[in-house]
Amino acid sequence: MSVHEAAHGHMEIPFTVEARPDTGLYNGKLGVWLFLASEVMLFGALFSSLILIRTGAAEWPKGWEELHVIPATINTFVLIASSVFVVMAWANLRLRNLKVARMWIAATLLCGFAFMGIKAYEYSLSFQHHHFPKTSNFFAIYFTMTGLHGLHVLGGMVVFGYFLTKGWSMAETEPKRFTNRIEIVGLYWHFVDLVWIFLFPTLYLL
Amino acid sequence: MTEHVADSHDDHDSPENIKREMTRYIGVFLALAALTGLTVWVRFQLQLPEKQAIIVALIIATVKGSLVAAFFMHLLSEKKLIYSVLVITVVFFAVLMWLPVHDILDKFGYR
Amino acid sequence: MAQKRQVRVGSQWMYARDAEKALGEALRVMKEEEGHGHHESFVTKYLFSQDHKWIGVQYGFTALCFLLFGFFLMIMMRLQLGWPNQPFAVIKWFFHGTGTMLPEQYNQLGAMHGTIMVFLAIVPLAVGAFGNYVVPLQIGAPDMAFPKLNMASYWCYLPGGIIMLLSIFLLGQQGGAAQSGWTSYPPLSVIASQGQTWWLVGMIFLITSSLLGSVNFIVTIIQLRAKGMTWDRLPFFVWAQFVTSFLLLLAFPPLEAAGVLQLMDRVAGTSFFLPSGLVVSGEVLKNAGGGNPLLWQHLFWFLAHPEVYVLILPAMGIVAEVIANNTRKSLWGYRSMVGATVFLGFMSFVVWAHHMFMTGMGTVISAFFQTTTMIISIPSVIILSALFITLWGASIRFTTPMLFALAFLPMFGIGGLTGLPLGLATTDIHLHDTYYVIGHFHYVVAPGTIFAMFAGIYYWFPKVTGRKLNDTLGRIHFWGSFVCINGIFMPMFYQGLAGVSRRLFDGGLQYAHAKAAAAATNPFMSQAAIGLFIFQLPFIYNFFKSIWWGERVGANPWQATTLEWAAAASPPIGHGNFAVPPVVRRGPYEYSIPGAATDFLTQIDEDGGPALPAPAVAPPHAPVVA
Repeated sequence: MSVHEAAHGHMEIPFTVEARPDTGLYNGKLGVWLFLASEVMLFGALFSSLILIRTGAAEWPKGWEELHVIPATINTFVLIASSVFVVMAWANLRLRNLKVARMWIAATLLCGFAFMGIKAYEYSLSFQHHHFPKTSNFFAIYFTMTGLHGLHVLGGMVVFGYFLTKGWSMAETEPKRFTNRIEIVGLYWHFVDLVWIFLFPTLYLL
Repeated sequence: MTEHVADSHDDHDSPENIKREMTRYIGVFLALAALTGLTVWVRFQLQLPEKQAIIVALIIATVKGSLVAAFFMHLLSEKKLIYSVLVITVVFFAVLMWLPVHDILDKFGYR
Repeated sequence: MAQKRQVRVGSQWMYARDAEKALGEALRVMKEEEGHGHHESFVTKYLFSQDHKWIGVQYGFTALCFLLFGFFLMIMMRLQLGWPNQPFAVIKWFFHGTGTMLPEQYNQLGAMHGTIMVFLAIVPLAVGAFGNYVVPLQIGAPDMAFPKLNMASYWCYLPGGIIMLLSIFLLGQQGGAAQSGWTSYPPLSVIASQGQTWWLVGMIFLITSSLLGSVNFIVTIIQLRAKGMTWDRLPFFVWAQFVTSFLLLLAFPPLEAAGVLQLMDRVAGTSFFLPSGLVVSGEVLKNAGGGNPLLWQHLFWFLAHPEVYVLILPAMGIVAEVIANNTRKSLWGYRSMVGATVFLGFMSFVVWAHHMFMTGMGTVISAFFQTTTMIISIPSVIILSALFITLWGASIRFTTPMLFALAFLPMFGIGGLTGLPLGLATTDIHLHDTYYVIGHFHYVVAPGTIFAMFAGIYYWFPKVTGRKLNDTLGRIHFWGSFVCINGIFMPMFYQGLAGVSRRLFDGGLQYAHAKAAAAATNPFMSQAAIGLFIFQLPFIYNFFKSIWWGERVGANPWQATTLEWAAAASPPIGHGNFAVPPVVRRGPYEYSIPGAATDFLTQIDEDGGPALPAPAVAPPHAPVVA
């Protein structure tokens, strides 16, 4: 702590940007991984529910017959691309290429819009076929899991949107702290991609 | 825990290293895209029986997930503390996946 | 040697070399700050505070209000149980109508009493209030790692609690509040009235609050420990909060998922938990079916079992701190206690289905859960034994917090021992869903955890306010509560063994085999409940009176060793905790060291040096520079 801080009468919170020596982590990095651990349990509970209901069901429809595989496959590519975009953004921030980094973040956000758009289209196709959550447990779990996943995508998009606009000034005033923030939201975003990587085959292909 | 200086200023962050990482990201992306194609192809071309289809799909998904985790999320070079948290989580995740399902299968008979 | 001299700057004692630096900078900064103000509005300073101390106070006050309200709900239940179908004015005031309790009203009271006590009162008090206020101070940190997140977590808790409360008051005409038990088992909860939906929405807020808080606690404890505060020098209270936070982090999400699924069943017409062909009121439900009520039970208890350890671990932490302080001894078996706590936390995730022994599980899975349940009793015994052994040969100071902490030990012991026949599947056949279960879990939570909470309030009140609670009122509060609380819960074991089932609105009178036991004990238990309520009045009066007019004390009135006592009495809000970052040089319970000048050394005292004298009564909110 600096003497300056002592004079203010209080310490600043340490290790917000620089890593703590014995753990090698800054606070936000540890925080986001803990949050992701809880998300593993959240989606794990849903996958567990899916397996439990499916194994207990007398009959279970074929995912590719009830759902629309092509839009979902495109969405898989979209999310994977968005993951690579955000990690490129982070790399460029570390190189202090701010303009390039900003483009990559915008590209990530665009992928988010694409994903949600395609998803909305998929849902509308289902509704047209009179497939709603209450139609059967298959559709119930499909809409619930993809819906919750979609909410997570939206959440990430909101954060990216903030960093692109109001939050961008920190990229110039406190570049290291901003880079860390993009790293943190990037980790969250990769996790959202990871959930979809499992969700897609489980619901659509099995 | 022994103290060591944080590595934010060593060659981990050198421009050459970062550029090398960026090339690796593109490689991982191509691998993920290929595996996505593979998993769709397996479903529609190979037409495996249900049990095998599930196993193959989960293996491909696990490989893809591992690539995302290892390279995009930098788990390969992450600190021990993060690994510990994740290992504990995976154990509880496995318990949550297995025991309730075991209960149901026990009642209805394994198929 | 002049450098080792201690000087007092404002209300903080520090070594001369540090004071020199601080004072020099202070003068410089004062000049700088004359230009721009450091002003915070009431809204940012007190309403949406990001200071862990004030957030702790917010949590504490809110939680105590919920505790009192949950208690009031129970009083109404006990009126019905003690004098069934008699009209009471208070029931008439609460529910409107004739003043005689209806079965569905009793069910609402039961469900909301349990929910409010567990999720709105005890955990926010134990973790949100005590954890938030004390942990950063005890580890020498300026605040929690994420102050904004801390604020957000309180502001998810409060709306969640309000939604729960509103469900009671707004829905009288539309079927009332949730009434399917705090356990909300489907199919009943899915077909229940609107109040259940509010319960589910409220739970989602509460779970979110808990999640944000647990991330904050874990990062704070790992990353913000002061220099020299190694893991083996952490006060046991911090270890308890650390493990508790992991339980909250990893166990709550499955309940959140289950809550979403039940919401979908209620609102979107899905059948996650509804089996096919369910008949309700003579008609087959027109839904898709194919669901499984046991899925809810598995997901619910996956959380709810670790949740009971969330209820007890912070309490054990508080009791440990108070016992060490008032025996003037180090805790016996600190390492065993820490190891037992970590092991307990881990095991708590693999015992949940001992709440489901009667659901038709197979013998293998039942045996698995019975085994893990038996194993998990071991760490509790280790912790309790260590605390008992600490008392041996100690010179005990019977301060008010110590009375509550001492009572905790046998009370938790009774609660724990009575759990054993419930954890064994065979004896559980007879005892499940009886008053024996209610007696068991109330012993651990009520004379257990709540007594520990009282110990914590009496112990840390001087730190928060700079004043002491009155001791005479404290003793009346203690003895009255202790006698009455045993009067309520001890007969429950007898009732349960006699076969009195739980959740019966007439207390068991409708069943011939239970009637005698119920009639013999219920009135007495209800009188004890009223007595317990009466004995909380001196505490409530004491609490509010002492905030403004209590006897003033210094920074360390209990002569305690842990770091929170090295901060000023009532450290000011928004100005951090320590003017100089503390450097920890010793373990947390250095009492009665042979050869030392005083009978305790705080964690920051230098080797062999005298204990920092407790400063003379400090003016509140003293600036850094005297």
